[in-house]
Amino acid sequence: MPNGKGGAEQIEVCGIVQGVGFRPFVYRLAARLGLDGDVRNAGDRVIIHASGPRAVLDAFAAALLAEAPVLARVEAITRRPAAVPEPGFRIIESGAGTVSVGVVPDVATCPACRAEIADPAARRHRYAFTNCTDCGPRFSIVTGLPYDRPATTMAGFAMCPACRAEYEDPADRRFHAQPIACPDCGPRLWVEGAGAPAEANPIGHAAALLRAGRILAVKGLGGFHIACDATCETAVAELRARKHRPTKPLAVMADLATAHGLCTISADEDAALLHPSAPILLLPLKQGAPLASGIAPGQHHLGLMLPYTPLHHLLLAETGRPLVMTSGNRSGEPQIFRDDAARDGLAGIVDAFLMHDRPIARRLDDSVARTAAGAPRVMRRGRGLAPVPLPLPQDFAGAPPVLAMGGELKNALCLTHGSKALLSHHLGDLDEPATGDAYEIALADYTALFTHRPQVVAVDLHPDYRATRLGEAVALARGLVVERVQHHHAHVAGAMAENGWRRANGPVVGIALDGLGLGEDGTVWGAEVLVCDYRTSRRAARLSPIPLAGGDAASREPWRVLLAHLDRALGPAAVAGDPHLASLFAGKPVATLRAMVGRGLNAPSASSAGRLFDAVAALLRLAPDRLSHEGEAAMALEAVAVTEAGTPPYPFALRPEAGLTEIDPAPLWQALMQDLHAGRNRGAMAAAFHTGLADVFATVAAHTATAEGLATVAVSGGVFQNALLLEETARRLRRHGLTVLVPAQVPANDGGLAFGQAVVTAARHMG
Amino acid sequence: MAHGGGGSAMRDLIEDVFLSAFSGAGHAPPEDQARFDLSALMAHGDRLAFTTDGFVVDPLFFPGGDIGTLAVCGTVNDLAVGGARPVALSCAIIIEEGLSVETLRAVVASMAQAARAAGVSIATGDTKVVPRGACDKLFITTTGIGVVRAGLDVGIGRARAGDVVLVNGLLGDHGAAILNARGDLALDTEIKSDCAPLNGLIDTLIAAAPGIRMMRDATRGGIAAVVNELAEASAVGVKLDELSLPMRPEVMGFCEILGLDPLYLANEGKILAVVPADEAPAALAALRAHPLGQDAAIIGEITGERPGRVVMRTRFGGERIVDMLVGDQLPRIC
Ligand SMILES: [Fe+3]
Ligand SMILES: [Mg+2]
Ligand SMILES: [Zn+2]
Ligand SMILES: [Zn+2]
Repeated sequence: MPNGKGGAEQIEVCGIVQGVGFRPFVYRLAARLGLDGDVRNAGDRVIIHASGPRAVLDAFAAALLAEAPVLARVEAITRRPAAVPEPGFRIIESGAGTVSVGVVPDVATCPACRAEIADPAARRHRYAFTNCTDCGPRFSIVTGLPYDRPATTMAGFAMCPACRAEYEDPADRRFHAQPIACPDCGPRLWVEGAGAPAEANPIGHAAALLRAGRILAVKGLGGFHIACDATCETAVAELRARKHRPTKPLAVMADLATAHGLCTISADEDAALLHPSAPILLLPLKQGAPLASGIAPGQHHLGLMLPYTPLHHLLLAETGRPLVMTSGNRSGEPQIFRDDAARDGLAGIVDAFLMHDRPIARRLDDSVARTAAGAPRVMRRGRGLAPVPLPLPQDFAGAPPVLAMGGELKNALCLTHGSKALLSHHLGDLDEPATGDAYEIALADYTALFTHRPQVVAVDLHPDYRATRLGEAVALARGLVVERVQHHHAHVAGAMAENGWRRANGPVVGIALDGLGLGEDGTVWGAEVLVCDYRTSRRAARLSPIPLAGGDAASREPWRVLLAHLDRALGPAAVAGDPHLASLFAGKPVATLRAMVGRGLNAPSASSAGRLFDAVAALLRLAPDRLSHEGEAAMALEAVAVTEAGTPPYPFALRPEAGLTEIDPAPLWQALMQDLHAGRNRGAMAAAFHTGLADVFATVAAHTATAEGLATVAVSGGVFQNALLLEETARRLRRHGLTVLVPAQVPANDGGLAFGQAVVTAARHMG
Repeated sequence: MAHGGGGSAMRDLIEDVFLSAFSGAGHAPPEDQARFDLSALMAHGDRLAFTTDGFVVDPLFFPGGDIGTLAVCGTVNDLAVGGARPVALSCAIIIEEGLSVETLRAVVASMAQAARAAGVSIATGDTKVVPRGACDKLFITTTGIGVVRAGLDVGIGRARAGDVVLVNGLLGDHGAAILNARGDLALDTEIKSDCAPLNGLIDTLIAAAPGIRMMRDATRGGIAAVVNELAEASAVGVKLDELSLPMRPEVMGFCEILGLDPLYLANEGKILAVVPADEAPAALAALRAHPLGQDAAIIGEITGERPGRVVMRTRFGGERIVDMLVGDQLPRIC
């Protein structure tokens, strides 16, 4: 077709283009450019038929990419000549039999909706459930497919004529916004408990309670929060006491201006906070930030999020304070998302409930992220992120559908289909019965919502993970093959796949610094250098193993691992003869632990970076006798270390042993003891530990890369959530000329395990 | 002791040790089999119960008992939890060459004493001595027969939602005692095994709760194993309450230090019983009135929720899943 002349084209747009307001966007764009034609959904794509001058069609195609709705992700646009359409531009409804795919995540309130709730003249002034095609609830209200109103928890709310008109007007920003609502027809708010109900102004009532130092349950988007005034010392202390949560940091919600007064926030971090997923972002706390001291005791970081629903915007504005917004649960249990469970489970914790009558279809915890090594990295994948599919490297296209079950704690499951992986939202710890229920619901949910029929079930090597058991049961019931994937191979493979590493690219060097995962030799691993491709993995190096006297008890009581490390490095006599250590171990059953080790009684051998962090933190008196939450000791160590970065690294010894390079921490312990006796500053010691660990693993990985002729290193495992360690390790690897693959969208902790299990399994089943 | 196949040393051994120890049973001279009068058995019930178990334990002697007590109590209890009145046992002993006659004599005396306490006879037996290293000191196999009461039907698949779960006393003593006795753990507690024959206790329990659904002795795998089997077999949920589990502070402290879960520790004198709710008070009172049930407690209930699952309300008010372990209690925390 000659340039500049008119013509007609069929334009196919692939990616996340359904349920995101894409067709109205196309409609408005076509109207603006004066094109004729139509637009319709087809499977996982949108098909546009358009005619007009060639230059205008080019501009149209460019704008499809450049101006796409915030929630859309355009992956490809293909254009081919077509017949000339009728004049005008139309949206064609999805016909029966059209498969509608692509449930999208919940989206933080958009600027237009925010302006509307603040506008006294607007009919949605101060309306807590305002939304449009660019924002609002999605996955948290979806009950089935195709995604339209009857298949959401909005089914029970009949649209009023005004909303109906907006919903049906292609030019309106609420065209086909399924959760559309207004004060006349949508969900309502009310306050329960704490005196007489103030029906007319529940938000004002709730805000007054918060300002008075009371603790509230707030029903939100994906579950209940427990809220209190984050500046009120007594309210925060009371919340901690009632929730039996002594030290674990509490998340805070504040508007952006207030946030800047609390934390040091970079431009990238601003963008991450403002992202439609509105995660909790870990941010450096400012000295003297106006917050209660009990929010994040001992931490230099604050978990902060912006308001992400109109309800939150209104509540924050009326309270005029930053609010603690911690998940609404009893300590250790999953977040509550049903009204009755909240009334029952939170009654002893909160003074009142701010409730609403839009049911939550599934629990979606707030996502958590932090920026490290130059990018935001997800630590918990929840509301706002799930269920966005993750692309797999291109040469996974022919893989059979896989269901991966994940690990025991921080569980999420993962489905793959062709070159897409669907990593579920954070489900939680599977020793909790409620998580077990959520897990089984999610399994049914995801496989049904995404019409997934797995051919292979991937599980961890650990026979006693509940996820392993359930996977075996699912496989047995459906006659499917079970594929077992070693824990750290899965962690590393996940980092490879997320970064687009192709199967055809062959092996990489992997560094897994983790808590504990069962190894191929029946011992417990957690600090390895691997040489692995997607299908197979071989250990090249490990941290020297120590006995974990008491098994899981050693992960809760850091002094147990400290004793094991010191006994190994310095010998029991040295430990007994040191006054500092004597006071550390005073009153501890040291002789019994040693006898357990001697007899091999519940003292499994483990090579774990997480437990090394615990031990060092215990030596520096940065860990309590018994941890109240996972990662507590490591976080405390990182918190003091960042203030003293740049000190020379502590040494480790390297030697060959049984075909592996053994990374022996004995010199580290000698140096730590020397510095301890010399009265060296703890921050400097913590920093030297971080850099020492980074140094030795980067060095061993570099040697391994040279020996194997490889140039790429993938790093993962929960310990790499430590930003200082990640940055120091990545910098050193790059200095060795190596390319470094780090997970970002996939949690480095066990929340990302299923993704790695899935890609390993997919690769193993692809010839 | 020297090994051999039925020679004179062996005959002397049997004569000397066994016949004198078991003479109360009155079965001399020894035949190749024990013989029972069926009409006498039928007076006790209408079905025969038959069970066997092998006993290996290290050490042979431990606070509260020894391998001989275990070998009798274990089989007696396996019969009794099926609703049977134990009648007689057989006993096969494999002895490692070099074991002292004194040791053997002590074990056999314990067996005789336990049999007397349980009111059963050791009606027939066999002994072999094997070369050093072919076994570890002493292995015992006992087989028992009993008669099941007419009309009584207890079984692992019979629990129903609303039923009540009881135990007859302090949990975990045997497992802790054995681990502690195996070598110096530098703990100054002496925990004793609870090893005891439970048929008398079970008689009173059945009399008090005739609608009883099931009983199991909570031996290897502890009560965790029993409740999981029962949840699966009956397709019900089991809800335990941690605060009501009877346990010695010493055993709890022992488990805390060793990182063990007391629910998985073996017992040798404890049954777990499920009774209909309306019979629970009588069942509890009957257990508590018996010397082997003074610390009996209601520890949970059968529910219709989560069939096949066992959930425990913890002392902190939360809930956790109690499941069957496949592996060797390997750490699950990542
Ligand atoms: Fe892990
Ligand atoms: Mg048995
Ligand atoms: Zn909006
Ligand atoms: Zn309306």
